[in-house]
Amino acid sequence: MQSFEIKPNVHWVGAIDWNIRDFHGYSTNKGSTYNAFLVKDEKVALFDIVKKPFVSELLHNIHAVVDPGKIDYLIVNHVEMDHSGALPEIVERVKPSKIICSEMGKKALIEHYHRSDWPYQTVKSGETLSLGNKTVQFLETRMVHWPDSMFSYLAEDRLLISSDGFGQHWATSERFDDQVDHSELFSHAAKYYANILLLYSPLVQKLLGNVQKMGLEIDMIAPDHGLLWRSHVGEIINAYDEWSRQTFKNKAVVIYDTMWHSTESMAKSIARGLMQEGVIVKMFNLQFSHRSDILTEVLDARALIMGSATLNNGMLPRMADILCYMKGLKPLNKMGFAFGSYGWSGEAAKSIQEALEEMKVEIVEPCLRVKFVPTHDDLKQCVEMGRKTGKRIMAG
Amino acid sequence: MAKPEETYQCQTVNCGCLYDPDRGDRRGKIPKGTCFCDLPEEWKCPVCGAGKRVFRPIAGPGSVKEEGS
Repeated sequence: MQSFEIKPNVHWVGAIDWNIRDFHGYSTNKGSTYNAFLVKDEKVALFDIVKKPFVSELLHNIHAVVDPGKIDYLIVNHVEMDHSGALPEIVERVKPSKIICSEMGKKALIEHYHRSDWPYQTVKSGETLSLGNKTVQFLETRMVHWPDSMFSYLAEDRLLISSDGFGQHWATSERFDDQVDHSELFSHAAKYYANILLLYSPLVQKLLGNVQKMGLEIDMIAPDHGLLWRSHVGEIINAYDEWSRQTFKNKAVVIYDTMWHSTESMAKSIARGLMQEGVIVKMFNLQFSHRSDILTEVLDARALIMGSATLNNGMLPRMADILCYMKGLKPLNKMGFAFGSYGWSGEAAKSIQEALEEMKVEIVEPCLRVKFVPTHDDLKQCVEMGRKTGKRIMAG
Repeated sequence: MAKPEETYQCQTVNCGCLYDPDRGDRRGKIPKGTCFCDLPEEWKCPVCGAGKRVFRPIAGPGSVKEEGS
């Protein structure tokens, strides 16, 4: 990918990672991009870097615009290594007069690269930096999603460089939101929100409020992953508002793992009951589904119904995986119940219920357990549980 | 480390920073031995920047365990 001018004298100089499929446990089935932005003004500034293996792509892209040695400032909006891994090489090559970051950014950079001798300059929310004709305003976004995170806003261009906010893991040859399929774009954005930002929802609400209060006029959002927003800016901000308020559809997610298909037939019967009440149902057998795809569906679901067979006095390990992952992402406003088939001890469904309670899921039915293979009557009871839960969902 | 009743934890999601009076807060220029209640009102969480009121003791009266969140 060649560098690309996104605003007058503002160039995308990042890298496309077509091959990444696992991003610390998030399945990136269509790769990702590491976006970096070069602003050529009286001062030359590079906003964000790329992951370490992509350093030469970054340098080639910079070269197409300006001699890298001419860069004055490096702005590090976020220290995580997909955006800073190439920093040591870039500092060596560029010899910047300033590395600009938040106070927590400086601390984290030193803890990553062990170079306290670099020319750091820390900035706080509201501070500005003149590049000549363009002015950069900084907005700290602590804990969205690391303590060091911040946004940079180019006032003259009404351009918000939003770090990981509004990002999507999607490798494309296109650079803008209006050049790709709209519904696929929003499904990648939702997946990103559900798997990276969901737990920070209360802070995202506050941040959206602050952006409004600061009166930032935004006609382009440039995140550090995926497509840049220029035609659907309002729509993605509204989506973030909705996702962070954790609103839901009349939708249930049924998640299960099964040993000999008994828990599976319970899951199918529960789903049948839910569907009879008009609920949208998403079914996931953990053997075939990735945790991060499941969380994307959990994002706007009202009910979480989770089941596992009992193995060695506990739940199946894939169920423990998704529960551990989900607990960390802190979904709110859910109802649900647990279920599972067992042979003699039957701990799994109870343990799942405890995990749901810990996540403050409203338990609408006591956990449903069936010994070994469910009978026709057992399955009727599963359908009934599905219907009862479905009625509650539809009642709003 | 001080007693859990005197040790305060930041409640910002995913922060969890501990204020231990035995250690103080070097970067915030708070000397060792300063109890949480004596921290200046403008003191901020050294990790996430939240204010004092977001902190709760890790045990005893006012803790999340005793009063719920």
